[in-house]
Amino acid sequence: MIHIKRLQEDGADIIALIGEIDASSSIELDLAIAKSVGEGFIKILVDCSALEYISSAGLGVFMSYIEEFKDRNIKMVLFGMSDKVANTFSILGLNELLQIGKDKVQAKKIVNEL
Amino acid sequence: MERIKFKLRKLSMNYKCKVGCSIENLKDVRDFIRGSLKNHGISDLEISEIVLALDEMCSNLMIHAHHCNPDDLFELSIKVEKNNPLVFELIDDGTVFDINEFTTPAIDSIVHEKRKGGLGIRLVKSIMDKIEYQKTGGRNICRLVKSVHFN
Repeated sequence: MIHIKRLQEDGADIIALIGEIDASSSIELDLAIAKSVGEGFIKILVDCSALEYISSAGLGVFMSYIEEFKDRNIKMVLFGMSDKVANTFSILGLNELLQIGKDKVQAKKIVNEL
Repeated sequence: MERIKFKLRKLSMNYKCKVGCSIENLKDVRDFIRGSLKNHGISDLEISEIVLALDEMCSNLMIHAHHCNPDDLFELSIKVEKNNPLVFELIDDGTVFDINEFTTPAIDSIVHEKRKGGLGIRLVKSIMDKIEYQKTGGRNICRLVKSVHFN
């Protein structure tokens, strides 16, 4: 079960993920990112500080946007992951393919430098 | 007075649950796995990796072998024996979805083809030590083995 909240700060769209993302809920993550892109945001921050779990279905959603974001010059930075969630990304080396910051301050810095 | 020595031996523990093939049940499956593995001296990080791999195996089974039919049941069993590898079994009577027969796609091709699948198989193979399938009397048993550190 996942709750997704969105808020905008300094021109960036912040998508906060609350709960667990698995095969039954990854569609909601996909829709939230698609909505942000559809609204024209080019800076997207994903707040993972209340994300308790993410399965491969959720990882796949992030992966599926990498090429499109590169082509459209959209910047996405994830931040605030717990050790367990961070480990899930690093098992497959996705931490190398996605931009991941420690906290919101760092994530904003990364997104502005990209 | 003669002292009697007791040799303390922790017996192996078996945990079993039956699950309907609806992906809505994955959360309960994860809770069952976490509950079974806690209090055995296995680290939280190792438990979280096992949960991730089994979540993947269960969702594959629900989606590909049972088309998310909530009336189809499969059994998940967990065997914990101190200082031995953990053994997990998924038992069902659907079509076998043998992940060993799938070539693991390269991360690059997953990114390039914007695939949302393919990552899970990589995850399971990176986390588990062994994945084997067996068919007996119309039942499929998928056995996953994982060595962990017991504290």
